[in-house]
Amino acid sequence: MTDHHSDIDSVSGKSTTGHEWDGIKELNTPLPRWWVITFYLTIVWAIGYWIVYPAWPLIASNTTGVFGYSSRADVAVELANLEKIRGDKMAALGAAPLADIEKDPALLALARAKGKTVFGDNCAPCHGSGGAGAKGYPNLNDDDWLWGGTLDQIMQTIQFGARSGHAKTHEGQMLAFGKDGVLKPDEIATVANYVRSLSGLSTRNGFDAAKGAKIFAENCVACHGDGGKGNQEMGAPNLTDKIWLYGSDEATLIETISQGRAGVMPAWEGRLDPATIKAMAVYVHSLGGGK
Amino acid sequence: MNKTVNPNELKPADDVGPLYAARKKVYPQSVSGTFRRIKWALMAFCLGVYYFLPFVRWNRGLGAPSQAVLIDLPNSRFYFFFIELWPQEVYYFTGLLIVAAVALFLMNSVGGRIWCGYLCPQTVWTDLFYAVERLIEGDRRERMKKDKSSDPLKLERISEIVLKHSIWLMIAWWTGGAWVLYFNDAPTLVKELVTFQGPMIAYIWIGILTASTYLLAGFMREQVCTYMCPWPRIQAALTDEWALNVTYRYDRGEKRTSVKKAAELRALGQQVGDCVDCYQCVAVCPTGIDIRNGPQMECIQCGLCIDACDNVMAKIGRPKRLIGYDNDINIHRRQEGKAPIYRIVRARTIVYSAIIAAVGGFMVYTLATRSLLDVNVLHDRNPVAVKLSDGSIRNAYTVRLLNKSGYDRAIAIDVEGPVNPTMHVVGVDSVTPDRPIIVIPRDSTSELRLLVTAPAENNPEKSIPVRFHVMDIGLGVAASATDNFVAP
Ligand code: SF4
Ligand code: SF4
Repeated sequence: MTDHHSDIDSVSGKSTTGHEWDGIKELNTPLPRWWVITFYLTIVWAIGYWIVYPAWPLIASNTTGVFGYSSRADVAVELANLEKIRGDKMAALGAAPLADIEKDPALLALARAKGKTVFGDNCAPCHGSGGAGAKGYPNLNDDDWLWGGTLDQIMQTIQFGARSGHAKTHEGQMLAFGKDGVLKPDEIATVANYVRSLSGLSTRNGFDAAKGAKIFAENCVACHGDGGKGNQEMGAPNLTDKIWLYGSDEATLIETISQGRAGVMPAWEGRLDPATIKAMAVYVHSLGGGK
Repeated sequence: MNKTVNPNELKPADDVGPLYAARKKVYPQSVSGTFRRIKWALMAFCLGVYYFLPFVRWNRGLGAPSQAVLIDLPNSRFYFFFIELWPQEVYYFTGLLIVAAVALFLMNSVGGRIWCGYLCPQTVWTDLFYAVERLIEGDRRERMKKDKSSDPLKLERISEIVLKHSIWLMIAWWTGGAWVLYFNDAPTLVKELVTFQGPMIAYIWIGILTASTYLLAGFMREQVCTYMCPWPRIQAALTDEWALNVTYRYDRGEKRTSVKKAAELRALGQQVGDCVDCYQCVAVCPTGIDIRNGPQMECIQCGLCIDACDNVMAKIGRPKRLIGYDNDINIHRRQEGKAPIYRIVRARTIVYSAIIAAVGGFMVYTLATRSLLDVNVLHDRNPVAVKLSDGSIRNAYTVRLLNKSGYDRAIAIDVEGPVNPTMHVVGVDSVTPDRPIIVIPRDSTSELRLLVTAPAENNPEKSIPVRFHVMDIGLGVAASATDNFVAP
């Protein structure tokens, strides 16, 4: 680059910057005054900004600015405001009778939205994010319910849990017929095949159906009922349908009968506020399996 | 034409001044003529539309806004006369932007920066502010004299200045006021604003637009066009040699000399031009340039110099349009004794027009055929399918129904796909098992959770497509959406 003061454009008589592209030179045209002033003002503004707002990173912290502003505090305020706005709506939800919530589209939408987030935070680890369940953890989308699938029953289960230790919890468990020596291994295998036959699954060759029925009547009917239709009072599953909590193959059934089952659902009363529990009950009910 | 300077005559120190250049204030003189009349007419039209459109009413029935043009942000609706757009239809604005951009290109390929000279808001408002200034402080010479006056504190002068700025501020304030009226029912908002009951945001926007109008049209003026606006730079890259630009026809104008001298020289059969070096074209130019120096970036193609020069030519009895919309090709052709050629229809303009026609036509078509009932379907992801206790399979869908009409509708939902399905809408009782019927309030959307169950004996082996048909059972208007029914 040449010293631009010595390079003069012969046509206009003005000095050039000395920059040259394809033989075309750039005239050294001064900037307009307002432009330069604006430019300086932005610099002043930027310095002001450094001082007023948190800006400079220090070794372990940062400058905090003269007003102590922080975007984190801002967010906290906004969240508090949001809670306040939502508080009114949640209060309406808390006040509405459970049975009416699904009939009001606005309340239903609120309950479903709230229920969905709370479900994701609290229930998804066991029941899956969409309530699809897993082995030993019931699928909440289907129409098979251990403790009942009406809105009230779902809410009760969420509130008090099952075998949770809460005073009002659901009690009742599958006994360990093998471990406790009530049934002998061959009897267990027979009754397992009998149970499979109840829901139309194949049975092992040479299995004695009459003996199975007899063992079932003596040991299982008390909980699972005549014909194995289950009993929601005791959380005893229906053994005649197509849905199996732990699996329907012979080995699993033998394990279930021998070792017993007693899955625990925690009680959420006290951990979640009543309106939230209500929202969750509506959400679970609206998944589609609710009665 | 620029004169070539002998480099030896130049003193480098000549233009070593301060870092910045002070603004040379422009004092455009008033002028009358064809292009000035066009500018007045366009100004009246543009400002009239802008200031009064919010007050135009349009009957949309009870409960719906009755403002012809309204951007209803709280309810996410845009109303434009008979058109009502929903947020789902913002692509119309994309189309509008495309049409606007290509229309700008088309104008540019025909007449250079004519947008700048006639229609750009910066030009329109600056022109208006100049008119006010002229009315109060007088024309070019008077204003120059008053600004130079060594005794600026005379009461008369002060009152003039105060009056001018007051009127400017009133115009600017009205400009901001009209802006906010597009976002709210205009008569109501006006009432609220004058009684200081209006929303804060409205006052803030009025403040912003008042300030920007006052500053840009009152003070920045041509500097916006020269330094701030990107269009002159872009336009320079988009133009070609056929675009009609305001051009000084030096083939006719040179050499310049006085009327008397010209007559004498002509009588002697010598070559003289028509330009009498009266500087009228420079005096009227709102960007303060001398168009006789050839095409310049600052020129906004307003044509005022054409009017000024035409007036001079009429006085001295020479043909008009020594300055006119023309291109360089023709100057050279005339010098060679050939007839000028003008080409408005050429590849560039055809392509631009075709794009405008295609995008515009497509928008009109979709607007004309757009449905007032719409349905979107989203399949549940987790779980995708549920096996029920009797072995049947159920899929859940989130169905969003849009009723864009001005009345409530009873909508029946049919599903096509699984054999003999049953349907249930969560929260809706007593629906027929194969055909739920939902009422959707007017001008709203409803989100439903829809469960579709295929009986055990008809379980599909693999995923099959499903189609949801929704139908207004009163009017028979229908819409549909497709998704999948998934087998576990
Ligand atoms: S040169 Fe002529 S057309 Fe260009 S801005 Fe000036 S008056 Fe307008
Ligand atoms: S107005 Fe026409 S005659 Fe006068 S200086 Fe300009 S070009 Fe020449």
